[in-house]
Amino acid sequence: MFDSLSDKLQTAFDGLKRQGKLTDKDVERAAREIRLALLEADVNFKVVKQFVDTVKERALGAEVLESLTPAQQFIKIVSEELTALMGSATTKLTFSPRPPTLIMMVGLQGSGKTTACGKLANFLLAQGKSPGLVAGDVYRPAAIDQLKTLGQQLGVPVYDEGDQVDPVDIAKHGVKWAQDKGRDVLIIDTAGRLHIDEKLMDELVRIRHAVKPHNILLVLDAMTGQDAVNVALQFQEQVQFDGVVLTKMDGDARGGAALSVRAVTGKPIKFASSGEKLDSFEYFYPDRVASRILGMGDVLTLIEKAERTIDEKKARELEQRLRKSSFTFDDFLEQIQQVRKMGSISSILGMIPGIPSGKLKGMQVDEKAFDKIQAVIFSMTPEERGHPELISGSRRRRIAAGSGTDIHTINQLLTQFKQVQKMMKQLGSGRVPKNPFQMFGNSS
Amino acid sequence: MSHDWSEVFLGVAEKAVVQTPEEVQRSRGGWLAQLRDGLSKSRKALQQQFASVLFDRFDESLWERIEEALIYADVGVETTVSIVEALEAEADKGAIKDSASLVAELRRITAEHFCQADTRIDVAHSPAVILMVGVNGTGKTTTIGKIAWHLKELGREPLLVAGDTFRAAAIEQLVEWGRRVGCEVVHHERGGDPGAVVYDGIAAAEARKADVVIIDTAGRLHTQVNLMKELEKVRRVIDKRLPGAPHESLLSIDATTGQNGLIQARMFKQAVELTGVVITKMDGTAKGGIALAVSHELDLPIKLIGTGERLESLQPFDAADFAALLFDDSLGHRV
Repeated sequence: MFDSLSDKLQTAFDGLKRQGKLTDKDVERAAREIRLALLEADVNFKVVKQFVDTVKERALGAEVLESLTPAQQFIKIVSEELTALMGSATTKLTFSPRPPTLIMMVGLQGSGKTTACGKLANFLLAQGKSPGLVAGDVYRPAAIDQLKTLGQQLGVPVYDEGDQVDPVDIAKHGVKWAQDKGRDVLIIDTAGRLHIDEKLMDELVRIRHAVKPHNILLVLDAMTGQDAVNVALQFQEQVQFDGVVLTKMDGDARGGAALSVRAVTGKPIKFASSGEKLDSFEYFYPDRVASRILGMGDVLTLIEKAERTIDEKKARELEQRLRKSSFTFDDFLEQIQQVRKMGSISSILGMIPGIPSGKLKGMQVDEKAFDKIQAVIFSMTPEERGHPELISGSRRRRIAAGSGTDIHTINQLLTQFKQVQKMMKQLGSGRVPKNPFQMFGNSS
Repeated sequence: MSHDWSEVFLGVAEKAVVQTPEEVQRSRGGWLAQLRDGLSKSRKALQQQFASVLFDRFDESLWERIEEALIYADVGVETTVSIVEALEAEADKGAIKDSASLVAELRRITAEHFCQADTRIDVAHSPAVILMVGVNGTGKTTTIGKIAWHLKELGREPLLVAGDTFRAAAIEQLVEWGRRVGCEVVHHERGGDPGAVVYDGIAAAEARKADVVIIDTAGRLHTQVNLMKELEKVRRVIDKRLPGAPHESLLSIDATTGQNGLIQARMFKQAVELTGVVITKMDGTAKGGIALAVSHELDLPIKLIGTGERLESLQPFDAADFAALLFDDSLGHRV
């Protein structure tokens, strides 16, 4: 759907060589791409404007580090600024020294409050807490039933007084009930409401005054557009929430709203909720969304990791060989080992831009396949490793026996190796393949 | 009722009392006013915003402001560029002389960017089948309740089918709407097969001479491949049970949705051959510009607008009104 921003930046910087400074024109062109990417990700246009100005200022005249291309350098600046804006650390809930800790959930209709209540309860259960739920949504038909069903699934008790009682009273009685029942955290569900509905907003304020929650969380749909800013500001002004739960993160929305909300209210995003299952609820990691908004995977982390892990000198030697297209099994082995030093293959794949996370979900990378490949290569003689074309039928049988595999595996590896050789030749000639790891997916 | 609802449905006989054009005009003003009332009271009309701008020449900043107004309304980059280019072309032709003509042209061009297909809801079948789809929390069930209520008011007999067998208490929610409207709701147990309840629903409608079957489905993210497949299956079941049905497959989109709405619409269109879009929650501050992007880029008519929680808070779509509302105060944010 969207081209990845890093691809676009790459194109914008095409023709630029490694060294030198970023010029006015380069920066202007790149800034335009950033602006569009952020707008398409639903970041509020005022926030975009400010952000792009900051980035431009920093990028102009910035020395391009020797190890990075101008595009990468620019991405680095963008990513740093983005992360700074999102807040760098995860922020957790405030727990009251005197239980129960009260958490009130507020938000628009359909943002996923009730589901988030259930998920949060589950999250707290896993932390050894004993949560309770209060059914404070007396307006939406069957909202109370929904919360009760969730409570039943989790084995978490739900306090309700039907739909004819003032939610303020329900909340007050709920706190008493939690104390009696020994629940140490109480999650209060409230009805979804429009931020401009004075009567209902006032109801939230009354609940807040009546029970003084330790945490008020604004539940926000990750798919929200430009209006997120209005919503957040209104809720902040009237209800004063402490943090945000970003829901429906399993969709393919970029979640730019999170950035806008953070920028205009200064409130942290605390949780990310995704999926239908009750356990798909976790602390929010700002840097993850920063890269999601820009659709550039975590290219920078990958760059950094690669820099740390891959020995410069060895890399240069490899490059020499690539140019001569004499890529051998020894090189292949070394490559595999260096890549594996960076972490699990699936985590590295996740950091490569251009591979949508959706595709990754279905793709099971078999880490064991790499053990197998290593075993096979170890069973080759040095001569065979250097000259794979020597590996005849009888040699294949020997290697198969030596590595505890079968002829089929050896054949498959030889085919894969030929593909890698071909790919490496392309790399050597400057053409980068779209997905260098695709041959490792599902094939074994 | 602020509208002649018989005009909203294709196949519902006109009421005996036909509104005069003045009455229609008044009721139009009615729903716009109703929407505006819900919004911030401090808003100014677009024209006033521009009146404060010196109109000696068209410069980049003017186009930029209009662009920003559209972006701010969630219209998205592609459609925004298309509108502003059309507007610039008009300016080059000399069609824009002052702020009044600028606003008029902007509204006209914007309205023309909506898909021009029939916005009426086809219930001229017996029974007619309406399938409601959309991502979670966009207001499917509520919209169904409202459509049913309007049909009932027009003397038709709607029947609701609880095809959302997944979400906790979704069935109860639909049953409650059925009770408010006073119509029958066909449902199975939670966790049941949506195809089976849909099949039974159509059979029940035929047996009980209900005219319009409205089918609720579970909210699903368009990225959930299995759930989208399930939706395709539900559609096939309907078509098999009643060839030619569903006669309407409506996607509900929340007005607060950003650019992801486009992807949603594209995926749902692929899965169930959408006939139109319902844009819900237009009573907030969101402009709902995503409706324009979806309608323009995917060639889908917007058929209804949801404006609140009450049974009667559902409005027919009017491109000119929508365009007017889209710009109502957003330029004010810049001044």
